[in-house]
Amino acid sequence: MDVPTGRLAMWWVLASETVIFGGLLGSYVMMRLRHGAWADQAANTNTWTGAFNTLVLLTSSLSAVLAHQAAERGDGLKAARLLRCTILGGGVFLMVKAFEWTHEITEGFTITSGLFWSFYYTAAGLHAAHVVAGMVIMFIVSLTAARNEELHRVENVGIYWHFVDVVWIFLFPLLYIAK
Amino acid sequence: MAERAHTDAPHHDETSYVAIWGVLCALLGVSVLGPMAGVRLLTLITAFGIAIVKAYMVCRYFMHLNIEKKWVAYILGFMLAIMLVFFGGVAPDVLRPEGLRWQKTYVEPATAGGER
Repeated sequence: MDVPTGRLAMWWVLASETVIFGGLLGSYVMMRLRHGAWADQAANTNTWTGAFNTLVLLTSSLSAVLAHQAAERGDGLKAARLLRCTILGGGVFLMVKAFEWTHEITEGFTITSGLFWSFYYTAAGLHAAHVVAGMVIMFIVSLTAARNEELHRVENVGIYWHFVDVVWIFLFPLLYIAK
Repeated sequence: MAERAHTDAPHHDETSYVAIWGVLCALLGVSVLGPMAGVRLLTLITAFGIAIVKAYMVCRYFMHLNIEKKWVAYILGFMLAIMLVFFGGVAPDVLRPEGLRWQKTYVEPATAGGER
């Protein structure tokens, strides 16, 4: 089929992830249409925080694709540096999320405060877990890339990261804008 | 043996990737500012319509789906189709308050605040 095994495996992973996140988002939309009160609850999320995190993830996707480009050119060191920039982006995203959740929980909005907040913490938490996984894998890949070894992995981990970005692109309007 | 990188198609240079990122950021700005007008249709278009455009751009230009083997897009498309079947099959029941032998008893808390 002329697709490297690693990349093929990555696409299959993303196919299964599509169903996981698709099911979650589909359920959210259904419940949201049923419960008008969710708009009031969603009004307590901070749009600017969500927008900033979207900007951070978009920027980290840029560094991931530039790392892939550097790997294609055989520049493993540059690819490793750019992957670490992407990891930094993931770190900033998680830090902002941590502050945001701390604020919301302090305000009394916990996972048991209503259906909206249950979805909010489940969807954003599952997404954050994927960000953490991506950061760990990216760090391991950056170690080998810095030695100019296994450069194809840079593209594979990049594809994963872009998918995480795409998921957030849909979570952002659902959780932060539709009020 | 190390696998080769994805090199079987024309690629964007650094400048065009940055340009694509710039367009994505501009779209993000529109999706944040659009709903501030308070018009429902405009909110739907700017928030969700632009989300679809942004996702398409990331898939096409960053994930390189445009130059990937066609069946990869078919697999992902098939998964999305499964989600639509799920939605279409479940939504009619979820969106109704009662059925032939069942009734929803859950009541969403009326207050906007959470538990304190």
